[in-house]
This record gives sequence, C-alpha cells and structure tokens, in this order.
Amino acid sequence: MTIPSFKKDMFVMLIFSAVILTMPMWLKPLGAGYPDLLQKFAIFGIFAVGYNILFGLTGYLSFGHAAFLGVGSYTAVWSFKLLTMNVLPAILFSVVLSGIVAAIIGFISLRRSGIYFSILTLAFAQMFYNMAYSVLTPVTNGETGLQLARTDPRIIDNMLSEAGAGLPSPGLFGIQMSGYSGFYFCAVLLIIAFFISQRIFHSPFGMKLQAIKSNQTRMKYTGYNTRPYLLTAFVISGMYAGLAGALMATTDPLAGAERMQWTASGEVVLMTILGGVGTLIGPLLGVGIIKYFENIFSALNEQALLAAYSFMPDWLAKMMVTITSPFVGEGWHLTLGALFVIIVVFLPGGIMEGLGKIKNLFRKRPPDPVEKTLVEGQIQEEKA
Amino acid sequence: MSNIILEIDNVQKSFGGLKALHNLNLQVEEGKVHAIIGPNGAGKSTMLNVCIGRLAPDSGVVTFNGENVLGKQPHEINQAGISRVFQTPEIFPDLSLLQNVMIPAFAKREGSFRFNMFSNLCSEKEVMDEASHILHDIGLNEQEHDHAGSLSRGDKRRLELAMCLIQHPKLLLLDEPTAGMARHDTNRTIELLKKIKETGMTKVIIEHDMHVVFSVADHISVLAQGTIIASGTPDDIRGNPKVQEAYLGGAHL
Repeated sequence: MTIPSFKKDMFVMLIFSAVILTMPMWLKPLGAGYPDLLQKFAIFGIFAVGYNILFGLTGYLSFGHAAFLGVGSYTAVWSFKLLTMNVLPAILFSVVLSGIVAAIIGFISLRRSGIYFSILTLAFAQMFYNMAYSVLTPVTNGETGLQLARTDPRIIDNMLSEAGAGLPSPGLFGIQMSGYSGFYFCAVLLIIAFFISQRIFHSPFGMKLQAIKSNQTRMKYTGYNTRPYLLTAFVISGMYAGLAGALMATTDPLAGAERMQWTASGEVVLMTILGGVGTLIGPLLGVGIIKYFENIFSALNEQALLAAYSFMPDWLAKMMVTITSPFVGEGWHLTLGALFVIIVVFLPGGIMEGLGKIKNLFRKRPPDPVEKTLVEGQIQEEKA
Repeated sequence: MSNIILEIDNVQKSFGGLKALHNLNLQVEEGKVHAIIGPNGAGKSTMLNVCIGRLAPDSGVVTFNGENVLGKQPHEINQAGISRVFQTPEIFPDLSLLQNVMIPAFAKREGSFRFNMFSNLCSEKEVMDEASHILHDIGLNEQEHDHAGSLSRGDKRRLELAMCLIQHPKLLLLDEPTAGMARHDTNRTIELLKKIKETGMTKVIIEHDMHVVFSVADHISVLAQGTIIASGTPDDIRGNPKVQEAYLGGAHL
C-alpha cells in the first residue's frame, strides 16, 4: 500500500480522460453509444464519485443523498426560469445551495455515527421528499413537477435579446445541452469531479478521513477534532450530488420530487458497493454496470424473450419465458437485487476486489524455498 | 525541587458503588520517569483515563503544566502535550505503518483541523522522512508499506509507542507497554524507553513487569484501592513493608 506519486496520478488522469471522452466510440458496439444513456453514465458517475468521498473515505453510510440531488435539480430549474437559460449560473447556484443544505443536515446528523447517522440522513431525505409535495409546493410545484414556461421572467436573457416564439432550452453560450454536446459537457465535468476526488484521496486530508474510518478513538487521542473533518467530507459529497442534480435538469429541464425518494439514495449506495467502496474508480464501474444493464433489461419484454428462445422447442421456450420474464422490463430490479446479493456474498470489496484477485492469479509465483520447507515441516509435525 | 508537570489533586471516581479512585493525589516531576504499580483493579487505568479526558472524575482537579485539564476535549488535551499508549493497542489497522505514524506527525504540525485537500502526500517529504526515521528506530521500517492490522500484538504496541513519540509530547502516558510481549521484545522496548529518557521527556508508566519498572523508573508510586499508599525512589519502594503487604501479599521483591 504505497502512496502514488503526483506523476502517476497525472498519468491515470490522462488515461481516464481519454476513456471517458471516447465513450461514444467504444460503447457503440455494446449498444450503448447514444447520447441519452451516455449522459446518464456521466451524471450518475459524478453522483457516485462524490458519494464515495463520504462513504468510501470516512465509512459514514448516508441514506439521504437524494435530497441533495433534488435540491440541485430544483435550483437549476429556478435559475433557468428566473435568470437565464445558460447552464453555468444554474450549476453554480445548485452546487452552492446543496452545499449549504448539506452543511445543515450534516451538522445535525454527524452528532451520531453508525446506524444512527444513516437513519438521521434517511429521515432528512424523506422530510424533503414529503415537503416537496406539501408545504414547499410553491417552490416545487408539487406532483406536476417544476417546468419551464414561455412566460417565465428570465431576466438576463430577456435583457440581452427578445424572447423567442417557442420554449427555450438550456445551453452554454449557444451550444445546446441535448445530444452529444450535452454528453461532452457532462463528461468534462465528470473528469473535473474525478480529478478533485483523486486529489482528496491522495492528500493528507484524505488520509486523515481514512484514519477516522479505521479508528476514530485513536484520532481523537492523537489530537484531531474529527467533527469538522467529517462535516467537510459530507458537504463536499453533498455538493457533488447537487452538481449531478443540476446536470439532470440541464439535460431535461424538469424537476420532480421523485428524484428525492429514498430509492434514489439507495441506488447510489448500491453503485458504490457494487463497484468497490473506497476505491477511486470502483463507484464509476458500479454506475456503468447498473445503468447499462438497466438499459438492456428494462427494454426487454415477453416478445423479445420469445424471439431470443426461438431456437428451443416451443414448450421449452414458453417455460423459459415464464421463468425469466419477471426479471426483465419493469421487473429488472429483481435482476439487480440478485446481482447485488452475489457480489456482496462473494466479493465484499466489489468489482475492484474481483479485478484484484484476477490480477493476483496471473502474478502468482512458485513459493520460495524457505516457505516451502516451513510448510513441509508443518505437515510432518502434524503427521507425527 | 524541579517543576511539577502533572498534578492530580484529591480526585474521586466511582462506578456505581465501586470507588475506583479515592482521594487520589499524585505529583509528577518534569523530566522524570514516574512508574505506577499496584495490584489489578487498583485504579491505574482509570487514573490515566481521567488525565486524557476519557473519563470525567466526580470531584477533584487535574492540572497539567499549570492548566486545569478537566472538561477539555481529548484532542485539546493531546494538543496541549499529553500522548498516551493504551493497554490494548489503538492503531489504524487499515492504513500502512508509515501512514500510522504520519497521522500523529500531521496533528503535531497542523493542529486539530486543517483542510489541506490539494497538497499531495508525496510532497510532504519532511513528514514522510520523520515517519520513516521513527519506524527505523523501533525496527519496523522494513514493513512500512504493510497494513498495520497484520502486525503481531507486540509490534502493534511498539507502533503505537512510535505514534506517540513522533509528537514529542511533554508528557507520555504508557499503560503497560510491554504486556503480552516476548522477553526479547520487552528488552527492546526497555532500550527504547531508556533512549527516550535521555531526551528528558516526562513519562508516567503503568507496568506489572518489575524488571521493566526497576530498569527505567526514577520514582515509583504504589496504587491500591484507588489511592496512593507509598511513593518514593525505587530503593525506598523495594524496602517498604506496606507495599509488600498490598502488592505481593507479604512476599519479598
């Protein structure tokens, strides 16, 4: 477990950027090379990378990060409605506001640790979710969701030019935020987000967060005030979630409260664990796998299954369809659940642990003579 | 008479009906190695817990360097200059040995909170060198990149000692630093303790191993049933009949 040098980190960054930016090319053969899905990869990637700063480094399991996602989305849409369709102010406001909300929730929740912390964050997120449908309806527009309208003030835009005839869409100085340009915008932000996360992981600050996860008692008696460290990590990961929420609103300018439901908080936990908690790249693998399979499995239906089993005899094909159909379409969460159980039971460290094991398999060298004689000696002792 | 660095004045602590500390008075002189001995359950560890802010006493005052430490947070007490080696090693099992000693070094340099998120660990050469150096001193430098959790119990203790030493505390509290160690490791620890003694660091050491106590201590206090029953130089203590009665049930040291 050595500390990677700055040079090595930059090399990793270079490869990472290349892989992300060429995603449309290498995902095409896998049937995932279209902008909508690619944007989803990038946005959830940012969400998971940020979540991992809290959960992966400090070990504090938050079940309420969807609240920040929601705050980010609503703020972005309000920025579109009131100020301008430009995405930069929307993103800026979202990140700042979700950071403030995270500071408040974190300040209260971090008084407890372990399961109590998880429950507190869950309670806060559910409070936000319910308030979006009740007291906060003037802000959130309740069940309809917050939408753009032609009559919105858009103060800055209207000062600069006449309002167009149709409904405007978000953009970056004239670049539309849909299609491939939208993906590249999200991808660049993901690269920046990953870079910041890498810097945190390999800084003294990140090492101290890992030390808190390892032994908080020792940290206190070593002269550290652990609370501000935890709060900073919580706020940073809240800001990442706010950014992801804002990007959801830029690619589809509509904010609904269902984004804040506990299932959304649960999803990011699944992604992080599936990929590998506390590793830099793991959460992104988790996002890729979950979003990719969601895309494939939820698109399947009985007809598609029947076509896939057409090589079988009729009665067998029908039986197979009956068995497998609950796992696809609306029921794809069942597949996800099964996959999650398998991963957690056999690879508690997620996919990253699996990759590490494969790597060790190839590196295996014959035992050196000293070890061998020791083992043989032991066997002889046991025999005697 | 030299400076009194730590003064425990009339401290009481009860757990339910059990009086763990009863009118405890203790003075530790600066620069001395002060050993506390006493039978099991005498309140030795409780006394240390009160000093580092882990337990609040029912009454009494603890003064360190002229300042009252009661009511302070553990991290404030550490920043004031008290480090402690625990009875069961408290280390960071998931971090490497090098990181284990870098953490306290950062605490000493940067205080209780610093948000240095953009500096790279590798560029912190000074701290890394200091950490490597101290690992070399305790003979664990070859494993510096291993997980601390994989160490043997004796090595964990030595690592924890190194984590305290790198902070150059004004007062070092040691709770049975050689318990569970093989004789060879114990001798190594004694050598290490003697080496630190030359630096003039004040130490309070709780120990059962008389060999260790008599080889390093300048002053010995005997704790029994929550109170000090005897205090003096090693020679005084060796000949004190009261001590032999309480500690050894009459047997001779």
